[in-house]
Amino acid sequence: MKTVEEIKAAIEAAVPDAGVEFISNPSVSGQHSLRLTPDHALAVSVFLRDELSFDFLSNVTGVDWPDKAVTEKVKVTRTVTKTVDGVEQPVEETAEETRTRVTPGCLEAVYHLFSVALKQGPLTFRMRTVNRTDHVELPSLTPIWRSAEFQEREIFDLFGIVFTGHPDLRRLLMWDGFKDHPMRRDYVEPDDFEYEPTAHDDVLKRAMAHQAATAAQPAIAGATGQKGTGAGQ
Amino acid sequence: MIGTDKLGAFKGSGSKPDGWNRPPVIEPDGDAELLEVAMGPHHPSTHGVFRMDVALDGERVIRLKPVFGYLHRNHEKIAEGLGYLGSMPFTDRLDYMCPLTNNWAYALAVEKLTGQEVPERAEYLRVILGELTRVQNHASAIGFLIQEMGASGTPLMYAFREREKILDLFEALTGARMMVNYMRFGGCRVDATPAWLDAARKVVAGLPGFADEMDRLLSTNEILMARTQGVGVLRPELAVNAGVTGPMLRASGVNYDIRKVDGYGIYNRFNFRVPLGDHGDVYDRYMVRLLEMRESIKILEQALKDIPGGPVMDPKAKIRGFRPKPGEAYGRIEAPKGELGFYLISDGGPTPYRYRVRPPSLINLTVLEDMALGENVADVVLIFGSVDIVLGEVDR
Repeated sequence: MKTVEEIKAAIEAAVPDAGVEFISNPSVSGQHSLRLTPDHALAVSVFLRDELSFDFLSNVTGVDWPDKAVTEKVKVTRTVTKTVDGVEQPVEETAEETRTRVTPGCLEAVYHLFSVALKQGPLTFRMRTVNRTDHVELPSLTPIWRSAEFQEREIFDLFGIVFTGHPDLRRLLMWDGFKDHPMRRDYVEPDDFEYEPTAHDDVLKRAMAHQAATAAQPAIAGATGQKGTGAGQ
Repeated sequence: MIGTDKLGAFKGSGSKPDGWNRPPVIEPDGDAELLEVAMGPHHPSTHGVFRMDVALDGERVIRLKPVFGYLHRNHEKIAEGLGYLGSMPFTDRLDYMCPLTNNWAYALAVEKLTGQEVPERAEYLRVILGELTRVQNHASAIGFLIQEMGASGTPLMYAFREREKILDLFEALTGARMMVNYMRFGGCRVDATPAWLDAARKVVAGLPGFADEMDRLLSTNEILMARTQGVGVLRPELAVNAGVTGPMLRASGVNYDIRKVDGYGIYNRFNFRVPLGDHGDVYDRYMVRLLEMRESIKILEQALKDIPGGPVMDPKAKIRGFRPKPGEAYGRIEAPKGELGFYLISDGGPTPYRYRVRPPSLINLTVLEDMALGENVADVVLIFGSVDIVLGEVDR
């Protein structure tokens, strides 16, 4: 089998400006991956299927990478006016400051490809959304590999990635009226398993805390429920 | 065979016109009103809580949409809150007909992530248990298929009689018939005693007779042939494109068995063949399962003859404070229902950052609509039975 680097070179030769990035995997499994840009994903996928014989898309899954706050200590040099020996003059002073930097998060879809014709694999590739809230679209690969159909629906359901071009994008596991995406790492679990008709004491406190927590959550794109199952429509 | 053409061999996908892999659009005859039927969620013949929304023109299926989620408990989310070993008992509950292969797939994925070695005796035990699981799964799958055809009881009871003997073996070794929690990262939990191995040899010695019995009882049965031949045909190009794996893929004539392709564990030491179907219909799926049982028995005989002594656990394996280095791994095995894969991302912590099950049952159902369109509603149940799914794995 070709190495991931060779496949990357082949993609770049076939699809100009594909912007494929090599992602190294430090684990002993040695399954390195490629990151595709959503704009060229369909062209690259057709090339992988038809020219490199990766005819079998085995696994599609999502990964949530939330916003990450990195706290670091930075040395800052400032010019301060100080009185030295009775004369005012500028002096450079170095001090340590703690700063918090937020790396924006994203949603990622990971694909595992195999070749049935050549009995090779796996080839892992991944795509990232712009952010986690309002730009969560990725191109659907269902027209190229049918096996993505239910798996992309599952990712839409549980992670909230909207696959544009999917023939039938509905929730797969949760019910249609459900509003949130349970596999996201900041998902707040419902408290209704402790439901009591007349909540009081601890249960009431928990219920109120839960309502406050869920009300504070921003609206999530793609979380709208769709009615009906589609068979009779 | 009656009225079906042989499928060509699979020669790679090549470029195809747009939309070739979508289900065909079937027009109803005349302007009769369509009848919409919800089959399930408690239809007596489904293998769990599953619903098919079917639109019928007379008895002909015009549209079919499967509805999932009745058994959903978000196994993946729960596993992301547990330690790596804490998910091992939970994998038993995925495909509860075949807990040992679920254990094996998960252990294999974690071993890929950490690079742990498995002692030889443990590899043999895994093969023995995996193949026993395959035999009992295929036997029950055939039994359920015939049950759904209307043959109440007898073949299913024959299958369950044999399954019970195999489950007794599992209970003697692991302490549980179904919720076994047996495999560990770098080996197996307990060793098999010589008495257990003798008991296993005795059960395996009886299995060829059982396969012959099923063969004689069913393979040339006139009603079975009439109901299953040419029904629910799945073409190999679509099967590969739709990610269908396991006996269903091989019944469509595609030679792809992960035991041969990946050679995981010690499968390249055994002499066995991969049965393939010619027509991709329900009968071929039945026949491939029956033949795979015979090949599994061959592997079992070889493994039980050759099993060496030694430890069943890697002595360096860490149970407590198990923290794989950051990275990711995808490990897969040929489970009785198809390719069962686990995808793990570690961030160096005690719990997996991402834990994903690639369920063969769910993905094999992708083509259910394609196979059922245009068939009679009575055959939909049969086609569904020939996919061989377990809802514990479909919904997770």
